[in-house]
Amino acid sequence: MARVPVDVGTRAPVIAVLPALLGLALLVLPLIALVSRASWSTLLSDVTSKQALDALSLSLRTGLASTTLCVLLGVPLALVIARSPARVAHLLRALVAVPLVLPPMVGGVALLFLFGRSSQVGAWIEALWGVSLTFSTTAVVLAQAFVALPFLVLSVEGSLRSAGAGYEQSAATLGAGRWMVLTRVTLPLAAPGLVAGVILCFARAIGEFGATALFAGNAPGVTQTMPLAIYTAFNGAGTGRESAVALSLLLLATAILVLLSVRAWRPGALK
Amino acid sequence: MSPGFLADFTVQRAAFEVRIELELHQGQVLALMGPSGAGKSTIVSAIAGLERIDAGRISLDGTVLAGDGVHLPPHRRSIGLLGQEPNLFPHLDARANIAFGARAAGMAKAAALALAEQWLERIGLPGMAPRKPAELSGGQRQRVALARALAAGPRMLMVDEPFVSLDVEAAADMRTLLRHELDRTKTRTIVISHSAVDAVELADELIVIEHGSVVQRGQVRHVLAQPQTRFVRAVAATLPAADDPARG
Repeated sequence: MARVPVDVGTRAPVIAVLPALLGLALLVLPLIALVSRASWSTLLSDVTSKQALDALSLSLRTGLASTTLCVLLGVPLALVIARSPARVAHLLRALVAVPLVLPPMVGGVALLFLFGRSSQVGAWIEALWGVSLTFSTTAVVLAQAFVALPFLVLSVEGSLRSAGAGYEQSAATLGAGRWMVLTRVTLPLAAPGLVAGVILCFARAIGEFGATALFAGNAPGVTQTMPLAIYTAFNGAGTGRESAVALSLLLLATAILVLLSVRAWRPGALK
Repeated sequence: MSPGFLADFTVQRAAFEVRIELELHQGQVLALMGPSGAGKSTIVSAIAGLERIDAGRISLDGTVLAGDGVHLPPHRRSIGLLGQEPNLFPHLDARANIAFGARAAGMAKAAALALAEQWLERIGLPGMAPRKPAELSGGQRQRVALARALAAGPRMLMVDEPFVSLDVEAAADMRTLLRHELDRTKTRTIVISHSAVDAVELADELIVIEHGSVVQRGQVRHVLAQPQTRFVRAVAATLPAADDPARG
């Protein structure tokens, strides 16, 4: 008698299908609603208005700056965590993950208390450079780096940890000094994690709202990034809802582009 | 200080102390055997510089590698290591992997790559230069790893169970290649293995350690013919009849 192949455990149980569809709807329907409200006739003029272009330009510039800062600080931090004893690594990883679970508003307040004029650090900075950090474009970059750094660190650290120390030890027994091991072995092995981390970090940075609003404020051209411009437009203080929707679509398109690039860069995705 | 490799050291482990004393002349191959957890890998790590010794000294051709307040890092020891896993750098092709040691020693890129090509010929893998490790079979990867270790021109080589993850045929080929290259390059070598065949075919001398201490040492066939512990008896029993030292 011919055996009928039994499909055990490979398909999702029927009972999961309905909640799964509802979950998907919760994620997708709001975006469809957003797109359906777009005023297509004025879309081009909305996204090319001065306020929109200022916000877009500021978002891209600060996003690039904060991502660069995250790479400069985050790659060494990931390296330290990946090569620390398990207990230390666990503690450091937990500390790095704090901004992920913290409401960004709280992050903004915390940054304000550290760098604000009333703080010692803020006073030093003002004495040193003659400017206040708060409510400046630098503050936007710091706020973005604060919320985006964990994405980069955790991604790179995961990459380094899964590669293990075996390759580095092999390189050392072949006569490679620390610098050669770092540049020829460690960093190339971390590359997939670094690329994914950079993209996620940039996406998080340009979407940042809460910490920026509290720590950097909402001054057009100086600290008003895209999310803040959208918020302002919705509140009626800007150019109106149409432009808020148009700006939102612009951010949505950016996010989709970022996600697509993450997919393309996933290790093993390319032969 | 006499030339050669001299090691007489202890490493403290949680369960026991690993203690070894050995000497290796140019071209000599020593087999190190012992049950799992006996301390073989600790000895390899300590000699390679991946682990610190707690007492004693390790020296190579008159240079103190460890002990007397010295701990030379692995990259300054000139001791090659070929482990169970080939650990080929996944982002480099076979040729760049083999050229790695020569590049680390300061050789120009073109010369190092030409040297790597020669090694690929020698290990029977010509034409495999542009292949990444993921595109090679297990046996091919281990061959490339051997070429990479020897192309670096080490003053000594340590081979830690390099045939374990290979199928019988690939393991036999690899064993023949290793024997051939060790004869040709006269590299003094420590071979760590569970297999009596490896010891008989590759080594001149055999040291058996159990619970961190040497329990038997001497000429390979002599040790296997006169086992003094259960472990050595069990190892000797795995030899094919033609190789059985008791009958030989």
